[in-house]
Amino acid sequence: MSVAQGTSRTTARRLEHFLTYLLLATGGVVICIPFFWMISTSLKQQMDVYLFPPQWIPEPVQWDNYRQVMTFWPFWTYVGNSVFVSVGSIVGKLIASSLAAYGFARLRARGRDVIFVILLSTMMLPSQVTLIPQFILFSKLRWIDTFKPLVVPAFFLGPFYVFLLRQFFMTISFELEDAARMDGCNSLQVFYRVILPLSMPALAIVAIFEFRGRWNDFLEPLIFLNSPSKRTLALALQFFQGSEGVLPQLHLLMAASFLSMVPLLVLFTVAQKRFIQGIVFTGIKG
Amino acid sequence: MIGRLLASRGRNLTRREALECYLFISPVCVGLLAFTIGPILASLYFSFTEYNIIRAPKWVGLGKFHDLIQDELFWQSLKVTSLYVVMHLPLSLVLALGIALLMNQKVRGIIFFRTVYYLPSVVSGVAVALLWMWIFNPEFGILNTLLALVNIQGPAWLFDEHWSLPAIALMSLWGVGGSMLIYLAGLQGIPSELYEAAEIDGASRWRRFWFITLPLLSTVILFNLVMGLIASFQEFTPAYVMTSGGPNFSTLFYNYYLYENAFEYLYMGYASAMAWVLLVIVLILTLLVFKSSPMWVFYQERQKE
Repeated sequence: MSVAQGTSRTTARRLEHFLTYLLLATGGVVICIPFFWMISTSLKQQMDVYLFPPQWIPEPVQWDNYRQVMTFWPFWTYVGNSVFVSVGSIVGKLIASSLAAYGFARLRARGRDVIFVILLSTMMLPSQVTLIPQFILFSKLRWIDTFKPLVVPAFFLGPFYVFLLRQFFMTISFELEDAARMDGCNSLQVFYRVILPLSMPALAIVAIFEFRGRWNDFLEPLIFLNSPSKRTLALALQFFQGSEGVLPQLHLLMAASFLSMVPLLVLFTVAQKRFIQGIVFTGIKG
Repeated sequence: MIGRLLASRGRNLTRREALECYLFISPVCVGLLAFTIGPILASLYFSFTEYNIIRAPKWVGLGKFHDLIQDELFWQSLKVTSLYVVMHLPLSLVLALGIALLMNQKVRGIIFFRTVYYLPSVVSGVAVALLWMWIFNPEFGILNTLLALVNIQGPAWLFDEHWSLPAIALMSLWGVGGSMLIYLAGLQGIPSELYEAAEIDGASRWRRFWFITLPLLSTVILFNLVMGLIASFQEFTPAYVMTSGGPNFSTLFYNYYLYENAFEYLYMGYASAMAWVLLVIVLILTLLVFKSSPMWVFYQERQKE
């Protein structure tokens, strides 16, 4: 009796595993179709793009499309611009948010917690409320059509990262800090000799988040940049689409779009585990 | 004597500590004033003016808000955005939770699946919009081709005013992996003893989900709901890249219409008024969600040592 029950239970478990796999695999295929369609289109000959029924596997495979995107279109200029803006922002946000997080997490001062709550509540603001005055400010400063509006504010902003790093810094034991102070370290030294080296995983998460945000950002480059040579990759893709006679070039547009996704796809596949830790650290699970 | 010395030293230390604290947080405080609070107040001021950047702002009182109420396109953009929120938010919350529950099973190869489901959400923006425009292409796109396989004649999607907004909502579901991962982190924080105990007591799967998983996950649901709400009200890129707000204003997202006013027509006062109306709407909705939360969010008692 109990053996029979046991067997039926294992069969049930097996069936359950099988169903889980089936659902996951079906969903996985559905999710991959857009990627597949993009890559497939990007490797087609121009005349094969508009075929009915569509070709699933390109025949012949046109690797040359990628060479064309990289040579006939100032692809590397745009990549350079995107990298510059992203790296600048990452550096700025890392410095500003880690300094502030240390202050909020480990140093006591009157009014500190009030400021922290105000800072956090700004995360909920729709960005449109600040965008117009920022634009006016930057145009008065003659910063329009430079990278400054995209990079300089990063050295002073980042409420979400302050929150995330503060959560992390609070888990570091005070004994280490006290020992360093006994040895004559001041707060700044404690910060970069004790706290920062122990916080590399959290800092990496900040860098990854910010990279994704900047790399994908469209609205701000659209508003703040004018010259074609200053366009970021995302902005340039939009103008590629809008440029005349683009319809026959859909294979190239898809190749360019895919290339623009590659850094993020690689980064997030590699850093996935760390990224999940980041979500746990924010402590939102209550 | 020593006690007094220590006390004065302690006081000095605290004062010094406070000074250091202010120094550490000063860059962010400067940013808060210069790039957030300052601009919020400035946009409130601009919303009472007529301003095109070139000439100085001219005070018009509530004039711009009065114009807003009479602007059909303003109401259209509000309607489009609300419809989008209604289509996108519940569907994505439920779908993300469903996938997270599947992902939480202990089966082999789960990390692979997790990556696959998560990746679309890291690539947002223009490239994704361009890709989906091609997917939605009525004649040669993959979506209608697949629908034709099961004998469904697909609509013209982005070219049809009845299908353009649902199309964008459908596209947004592709990026559901972000909230899925947040749910997953929450699920993995639920102690497995709870489930084991319930199983011994003979609780069915459904009851375990209803009485353990959902209550313990409710703070995460709240988080995803609020963040999703704020984000959906700011949707911009699909409208700009895929449809320019059309056809027949069917995808005139609020943020897109605001952008047009501010940066294409330079109606800075009008756009600021729109921004403030949005701020108030988002604030009210967020407050409603938080106010209602004691009814459905289960807060664990925090254990203190």
